[in-house]
Amino acid sequence: MKEIYLAIVMSPLVAALLAGLGGRLLGRAGAHSVTILGVGISAVLSVYVLYQQAIGGAPAENVSVYTWLISDGVRMEVGFLVDRLSALMMVVVTFVSLMVHVYTIGYMHDDPGYQRFFSYISLFTFAMLMLVMANNLLQLFFGWEAVGLVSYLLIGFWYTRPTAIFANLKAFLVNRVGDFGFILGIAAILYMTGSLDYAEIFARAPELADAELQVGPNTVWPALTVACILLFIGAMGKSAQVPLHVWLPDSMEGPTPISALIHAATMVTAGVFLIARMSPLFEHSVAALSVVLCIGAITALFTGLLGLVQFDIKRVVAYSTLSQLGYMMVAQGASAYGAGMFHLTTHAFFKALLFLAAGSVIIALHHEQDMRRMGGLRRYLPITYWTCLLGCLSLIGFPAFSGFFSKDALIESVHLSTTPGAGLAYACVLAGVFITALYTFRMFFMVFHGPERISDDARGHLHEPGWVVTLPLVLLAVPSVVLGWLTAGPVLFGDFFGASLQVLPSQDVVSVLGSKIWQGPGAFVLHGFATPALYLALAGVGLAWYLYLRNPSLLKRLADAAKPIRLLLEKKYYADTLAEQVVPAGSRGVGKLLWRFGDAAVIDGLAVNGSARLVGWAARKLRLIQTGELYGYAFAMIFGLAALMLWLLIG
Amino acid sequence: MITLGHYLGLSAALFVISLAGIFLNRKNIILLLMCVELMLLAVNFNFIAFSRFLGDSTGQIFVFFILTVAAAEAAIGLAILVVVFRSRRTIAVRDLTSLKG
Repeated sequence: MKEIYLAIVMSPLVAALLAGLGGRLLGRAGAHSVTILGVGISAVLSVYVLYQQAIGGAPAENVSVYTWLISDGVRMEVGFLVDRLSALMMVVVTFVSLMVHVYTIGYMHDDPGYQRFFSYISLFTFAMLMLVMANNLLQLFFGWEAVGLVSYLLIGFWYTRPTAIFANLKAFLVNRVGDFGFILGIAAILYMTGSLDYAEIFARAPELADAELQVGPNTVWPALTVACILLFIGAMGKSAQVPLHVWLPDSMEGPTPISALIHAATMVTAGVFLIARMSPLFEHSVAALSVVLCIGAITALFTGLLGLVQFDIKRVVAYSTLSQLGYMMVAQGASAYGAGMFHLTTHAFFKALLFLAAGSVIIALHHEQDMRRMGGLRRYLPITYWTCLLGCLSLIGFPAFSGFFSKDALIESVHLSTTPGAGLAYACVLAGVFITALYTFRMFFMVFHGPERISDDARGHLHEPGWVVTLPLVLLAVPSVVLGWLTAGPVLFGDFFGASLQVLPSQDVVSVLGSKIWQGPGAFVLHGFATPALYLALAGVGLAWYLYLRNPSLLKRLADAAKPIRLLLEKKYYADTLAEQVVPAGSRGVGKLLWRFGDAAVIDGLAVNGSARLVGWAARKLRLIQTGELYGYAFAMIFGLAALMLWLLIG
Repeated sequence: MITLGHYLGLSAALFVISLAGIFLNRKNIILLLMCVELMLLAVNFNFIAFSRFLGDSTGQIFVFFILTVAAAEAAIGLAILVVVFRSRRTIAVRDLTSLKG
């Protein structure tokens, strides 16, 4: 199996190198053929691995491929831990990546950076696979940083646009904040266990639960909680949780296929995956779980609200992604790792679908992203319309769609959870359901229904894009609809994840939920009618329909009446202001203080110039002795001689 | 009877006089040179006195050397003095303070 794992990881890398370094020789068709082949091999092999793990009954495999170095007993190596958790992620990553590769042929059709783009997304696939397949924290960190790098490169793909450069710098810097916490967390774990290897760390997790960390002369912190919260800070950066969420909406400056692949389906879920992977640690720290829960809940509700006032179609989907990432974090915080991972999986498909559908609309309108210049596109783009509708229904959790199973299970798990903050989180995720439905169908109605507001220029050649665009839409729509129905039973309530997720029996809300209400997918759908979430979602759709199609004048009056709230939302709670002005200004202030006081005054003034001035002052005083008058010298000489002789005589 | 003490007293007196000449004189370089010569003479006196009273003629030979060196020194000193006067138009010690710090 080791060869298969290596092939899965290496084929996208080889393809990326070929397309990147030999792009000019390969040409456009060559570049996309080689990368699609590379990712295709990965996808097929990943499906095979998942099949072996899930159905073939293969045991979880922990293989070491290469030992980089051993230092003081700490092994740093490249290795793969392939269990059902990572196999599931591998399939999600490679499948969505494959779809995006195909779609890109259409989307980037007349872009000069065609080969470069394919090289980047293949490189991303390699990095993401390294991340999910890692069997140690160092390799995880390698993948983590590599996906961050590719994300940076792709947000700034159109590097002549100042906004893109600003956005990629912002993404990079905000992620540095998170990564700082992450690497400290890795260091804390290394310090406590002396190992980077998952298996060894997890084996020692129970004893670490009571370990303490001396952080000051009289201050002792629970070690595991500190480590977990630090790891979560890393996850907050990558998975864009409040307050480190500011980079994700701006990342929409990148080409749409990237938004679908990296900033919706895979990379941003790395944080969620990390916490699921670290579940043996997080389980032993209720405080850390509570932090995860609360941050997730805040993200889920408040970033969803922002989606209500956006007019850029991609940004609506981006805020939706933020909100859904919050949902996944809430599930992790409630110890419902399985539910979180399941939502991650379904979300990857329907969110990639929504992004690609948005991209399809954007291509059809010749790179028009403003929803105020769309409307009534249903007649022109039937395939996009129907696939997007399926994606939207899945996103809002419409009964029997994939999103319904994952989201309902998630919300019910939070309802059952006893982690501190679960009450707040339950309220937030329920309110979030309503908001999700509202902004999703607001977008849907503004784009596909209502009066046509398309410019005459775009209308002339408005038609459905080619099959390379629509095929991925259709292929992604299929799992968006049926995946939940087919797999919710085994994945959520069966023993799918097995030992790869560890939950303490007292916190195992998913299995409680399973024993309480799971009697097959049909019964689960019926149970959905007894929960508030479904009605909230339907109310959201109804309200969106009423406000945007039926009675737009009411919307206008409402918007005028609630001006302060609208302003707050349009300013994104001033989080951007905080991130772009207050924090940098604060840092600059601190820097200026340190420069003026520490550097200019103390080091330059006191240490360097001060000592020079002291020498100068002493020299100025001492040179006065040197009068240039001979009798003075003679007197000093004789006087000195006399004194010396006197001293010799007396002494 | 003139004892060694008398000679040594005379020699010390000559030395102190020349020393005072160096301190007190603020004007004339020639006087300075003469004071230096006088110091050497005072030293010579000591040599001769000790030589006579110890019955060892080495001291007297030494005096010849010192006289020779003193003559050469006076010649060089006067030559420098002439050059200084030519360039500075003064030989007042008080004004020759170019090496002041």
